[in-house]
Amino acid sequence: MVKTLDRDEVTTILALVKDPEIPVLSIEEMGIIRRIDVSHGRLQVVITPTYSGCPAMAVIEEDIATMLKLHGISDFDILTEISPAWTTDWISPEGRKKLEEFGIAPPAGKARGTLLGHQTVACPQCKSTNTCVVSEFGSTACKAQYKCKDCLEPFDYFKCV
Amino acid sequence: MTDQQALFDYLLRLGDNSLILGQRLAEWSGHAPILEEELALANIGLDLVGQARMLLTYAGEVEGKGRDEDRLAFHRDTKAWRNLLLLEQPNENFAKTMARQLLFDAFQYLQYEGLSLSTDDRLSGIAVKSLKEITYHRRHSSNWVIRLGDGTEESHGKMQAAIDELWGFVPEMFDMDAVDEAMTEAGIGVDAAALKPAWDDYINGMLANATLTRPEDSWCVRGSREGKHSEHLGYLLAEMQFLQRAYPDATW
Repeated sequence: MVKTLDRDEVTTILALVKDPEIPVLSIEEMGIIRRIDVSHGRLQVVITPTYSGCPAMAVIEEDIATMLKLHGISDFDILTEISPAWTTDWISPEGRKKLEEFGIAPPAGKARGTLLGHQTVACPQCKSTNTCVVSEFGSTACKAQYKCKDCLEPFDYFKCV
Repeated sequence: MTDQQALFDYLLRLGDNSLILGQRLAEWSGHAPILEEELALANIGLDLVGQARMLLTYAGEVEGKGRDEDRLAFHRDTKAWRNLLLLEQPNENFAKTMARQLLFDAFQYLQYEGLSLSTDDRLSGIAVKSLKEITYHRRHSSNWVIRLGDGTEESHGKMQAAIDELWGFVPEMFDMDAVDEAMTEAGIGVDAAALKPAWDDYINGMLANATLTRPEDSWCVRGSREGKHSEHLGYLLAEMQFLQRAYPDATW
């Protein structure tokens, strides 16, 4: 039986796909899914990489394909677009909350204009803003390493780009 | 030279720059002085390899001879590479790696700022994306050059020696040949020579902050646009291309 595609249904299915490197977030909450198009009878899912060299992209494509097939959808294309360039502004409010609960400080403020400046980053544990950069680069391309000077916990900060 | 040929050459130069420097930075894996730098150098290298993948894929499509990113990366010998000589120079020590990085980051930042406005939508898309990453790279190398230059007597000496040794590779970045001119005229590429004053401003500022002396312009080498490279590139390719040389056309 051929299923009639419904955009909302596909959205619900794709919300189940997690970011392989930050499994607390879905790829939807990360802003990686740019478009879901069902208008041509064949499903098109358009995704965008967070960073040029993000090694998770191949896994994300596989995970999307697996999840769609699990739900009976086998006729689809997954396309990658790099423009407009991904920005942390696309991480949803819910996503930011989940990041913080997970122990990763969410991006501070809006990407525009803050790329070159240093912004105040709050510790995800004790919420103190008395923190400092340990390194601009962390365990993945999208994170930097910080330390809280009050509770002394080291933590990841999701870079604002 | 057709427009397509010029575009292919231009994209190849950009892609080769990113790939060769990315490969050099990857050589630090397991050898960096501190854990944070182990991660930073690998991250920066990964960004560069990611840029190279987009650029070489595009170059292969423009060429239209069925060469994809892997074919271009793994099936070319030294004379077919178009990366700047600066970028194939060996890592040697951390100061030299940071000097090479700063000299190029400052250039690449300006170059990609220009490419962001390219009339070629695909190239401008790649540039806009990459520029965010390059901004971080430049901040990283700038911080280290200042820290080492304005550090101890030993770190200052090593940082100054590194800048001195690499200075002769700088002029090549700003060269313009027929390909560059055709691309600039078409609004696709960037006039590299015109970037020099802004590059000088940035580098002069950093060197002053780092209490380092700007070297005199004396010797310089060039030739990458014609495929003339230093001996170091051959060794780099021997390692990077090992698998495809030993097992031609092997796939995952």
